[in-house]
Amino acid sequence: MSSKDQTAAGAETPRLELRDIGKTYPGVVANDAISLSVAPGEIHAILGENGAGKSTLMKIIYGAIQPDRGEILYDGQRLSHNSPAQARALGIEMVYQHFSLFETATVAENIALCLPGRMELAQLSARVGETAARYGLNVDPSRMVADLSMGERQQVEILRCLMRDPRLLILDEPTSVLAPQAVEQLFTVLRKIAEGGCSIIYISHKLDEVRALCQSATVLRGGRVTGTADPRQASAHDLAVMMIGGDLPVTEHPPAVLSVEPLLIVRNLSGRPLGDQGRALSDISLDLYGGEIVGIAGISGNGQAELAACLSGEATDLGAQMQLLGQPMPARADARRRLGLAYVPEERLGRGAVPGHTLTQNTILTGFTAGLIRRGMVRYAEARARAAAIIQGFSVKAESPAALASSLSGGNLQKFILGRELALDPKVLIVAQPTWGVDVGASAFIRQRIIDQSRKGAAVLVFSEELEELIEICDRIHVLSEGKLSPSIPRAESTKALLGSYMTGRGDPLATKEAP
Amino acid sequence: MELWIAIFAGTMTAATPLLLAALGEVVVEKSGVLNLGIEGMMLIGAAVAFWLAISGWGLPAAFVGGALAGLLSSALFAALALLFMANQSASGLALAIFGTGLSAMIGMGFGSQPVATLKALDLGGLSDLPLIGPLLFSFDPMVYLTLATVPAVWWFLTRTKSGLILRMVGESPENAHAIGYPVLKIRLAAILFGGAMAGLAGAYLSVAYVGIWVENMTAGRGWIALSLVVFAAWRPWRALAGAVLFGGFTILQLHGQILGLPLPSEALSALPYLATIIVLVAISQGRKRRLDVPASLARPYRPGA
Repeated sequence: MSSKDQTAAGAETPRLELRDIGKTYPGVVANDAISLSVAPGEIHAILGENGAGKSTLMKIIYGAIQPDRGEILYDGQRLSHNSPAQARALGIEMVYQHFSLFETATVAENIALCLPGRMELAQLSARVGETAARYGLNVDPSRMVADLSMGERQQVEILRCLMRDPRLLILDEPTSVLAPQAVEQLFTVLRKIAEGGCSIIYISHKLDEVRALCQSATVLRGGRVTGTADPRQASAHDLAVMMIGGDLPVTEHPPAVLSVEPLLIVRNLSGRPLGDQGRALSDISLDLYGGEIVGIAGISGNGQAELAACLSGEATDLGAQMQLLGQPMPARADARRRLGLAYVPEERLGRGAVPGHTLTQNTILTGFTAGLIRRGMVRYAEARARAAAIIQGFSVKAESPAALASSLSGGNLQKFILGRELALDPKVLIVAQPTWGVDVGASAFIRQRIIDQSRKGAAVLVFSEELEELIEICDRIHVLSEGKLSPSIPRAESTKALLGSYMTGRGDPLATKEAP
Repeated sequence: MELWIAIFAGTMTAATPLLLAALGEVVVEKSGVLNLGIEGMMLIGAAVAFWLAISGWGLPAAFVGGALAGLLSSALFAALALLFMANQSASGLALAIFGTGLSAMIGMGFGSQPVATLKALDLGGLSDLPLIGPLLFSFDPMVYLTLATVPAVWWFLTRTKSGLILRMVGESPENAHAIGYPVLKIRLAAILFGGAMAGLAGAYLSVAYVGIWVENMTAGRGWIALSLVVFAAWRPWRALAGAVLFGGFTILQLHGQILGLPLPSEALSALPYLATIIVLVAISQGRKRRLDVPASLARPYRPGA
C-alpha cells in the first residue's frame, strides 16, 4: 500500500515539488517561476482568480502540457512524463471541473473503461462498493450515469481515480457544481483520502473552502506565486490580498424604497415537474415590490427550475394567477419581456446564450424589446454597438462583439448576459445563480449591479444556492424546499442556520421569532 | 397451408439482405459515424459477387468477394470522413450515388444470363419433417448465418468491453480519447465492418435472391436498412423484427398481386415501405429515446484538435 512507502520516505521528501516552472504562450505568460512543495498526505490549495495560471500549472503536473522551464520532482525523483497516461501510471490522478463520464454507461462500466484488462463487471462492482464504503462515498455501481446528480457524478469521478490507488490527486474547482451539503460531504471524503497518505492538490478561488479544508496554500496571481500560507491560520484578509491584490470587495447596499403596489404577484401557483428529476410546485404565492431584492434559497431540484420557468414563460401551462405590473401575466415569454420582464437563466450556454453565435447575435435574442428588430429586419449596426457597449460597461473579456459566446469563460459570459439584460432596464428582473463559477472580483461586480438595478426601482428575484450571497444582497429571503415556499425572512433575521433549517424542512415560523 | 409456408419462407429470404446491412450499420452508427452509403455499397457488393459467380469462381468466393468489395468501398468513405473530416452525410450520399454508377458499369456485360443461386442447406431428414421441416430447416446457409449474427452483434455491443468502448466512442470521442482509446482506429474498424456487411447483403441479393443481373437491383433496400437502424433504436433484435416485417410485407404484396387483389399494383408495392415505417415509429415511442441515439452521431472528430 502506498501509505507504507510514505512513512518510509519520511516527512522530508515531498510527494511533489515544483522548481521554477515557467510556461509562455504567444502573448501570455501563463506560469512564471512557480515553485511549490506538497508533502505526502497533505491537502494543498492552489488559490487564485480565473486566469491566474492555476489550470496551466495543473496540466503541467498532469503531463497534458510541457513546461518551457523548470523541473518537477515526484517522491524526490525528477519527472519527465509527457502524457496524462504516464502521469496516471505514476499514481497522479486528476478530476476535471467538467466531468469526463459516459452518460449512457453504468457507474461500473465507466470505471471498467479506465482500468486495464478484461471486464468482469460483477467482480468490479464488488470492489467499487468496497472502495466507496471505505471513503464514505455513496455510489451504486449499477446505476446509469445519466440518472445521477452532479454531486453523485463527481463522486464517481473521484471513485474512478481511487480505484487506481493514487498517490497524488488533483481536483480542479470541484465545488463549482455542488450544493452546499454535497460540499461538506466532499470535504469529509477528501480528508479520508488524505489520511490514507495520498496528497491532494485542491484548486479553488473560494477562500472559505480553502480555509476549511487545506493545510497549506500557494496563492497565484497573474501566473506568479504571490504568497504561501497556512490557510487555517491566515486571515481571509491576508489571503485576499495575495489573491486579488486588495481586500475582498464589499457591495454597497442602500436602503430599499418600495413601490406602492407589487410589480409581480403570484397566487397559488402549482405546476408540473420539468423532466425526470423535476419537482412539482405546490401552492406558491409571492409578492415582489419594486425597489427590493427577494432571494429564493434552496438546493436545485426543489422546484427552482420549475418556478423560474413559470415566471419566465418557458413553462406554458399556468395553473395560477400571476400579475405583472398590474396586468394579467401574458402567456408568451416574448410578451412578458415586452412588458419589462428580464430573465437570466442558470444555464449560460444553451439557454442564456447560443454558444455558436456571436455576442452581437446573442444581444439580438433579447434586444428585440429595445428596437433591435424593425419591421421584421435585424438592425445589425445597432446590435453591434449595443454589444460593444455591454462588453465595455461590464468589462467583459472578449475580443469584440464578433466573438462567439462559446469562446468566453463562464464568468465573462455571465457578465455579458447580465449586462445584456440590465441594458434593457427591466422593471422585473429574475436571475438564477448569478455568480456560479464566477471569481471573487467579478462576483462582487455582478452583485453590485443587481443591487443598483433594484435601487432604480426594479423588482429583483434571485435564485441562489449560496446562502452568503443571498444574505449579502437580498432584502427578504424565501426558502424553496420540496416544491413549497417558506414565508419570507427579512434580511436582518436571515442566518445560515435559520435558512438551513427551512431547507431541510424543519423550519417553522415560530423559530423565526425565538432565534437570537 | 402451403401458401402460408411459402410466405414465411419468402419472408426470411427477403429479410436477410436488409438485416445484414442494418446490423452492419448499427455497429457503424454506435461508433458515432453515420454512413448513408449503404445502397451504394450493397450494389457494388452485388455486382462483384455476380461477376465472380458467372465467371465460375463458385458461390463461396462470390460472397467473400462481395463482402470485400463492400469493405473496400466503405474504406473510401472512411478516408473522407475520418482522415479529411468531411461532412459524413455528404460523403455517405456521394458513396450511394457512386456505388449505383459503378455497379451499373460493372454489370454492363452481364446481359440477362442467370447464375445458379444458393441452394438450401442440406439438413438430411430434418427438412422432410412435416410443417417444421419447411418452416425451419429449408433455408440457405446465409439465412442461418445472418440470424446468428443478430445475437452475436447484440452480445458484442452490450456484453464485451470492446463493444462498450465502441459505444462510448460514439457517445463522447473526447472522453474516450482522454482515457487513451484510439478513437479513429475504432471508428475505422466499425466502418469497414459495416461495409463488409452491406457488401454481403448485396451479394445475397444478386447470387441468392434474384439470380440474374438487374441494374439497380437493391431498389431502395439500402435506404430501408438505414431507417431500420433508427427506428430499431440501434438495437439488433429490433432490427431483426423490422427486417422480418418488411420482408413479410414484400412477400404478402407479391401474393396479393398474384391473387389479383383489387388494388393497383403500385399501391401494393408501396405497402412494405409504408408498413415498416408505421410499425417502427409505433414501437419506438419511448420516454428514454435520448439515450438511444449515439450522442456524437455524424459529428467529425479529430484527436487533439
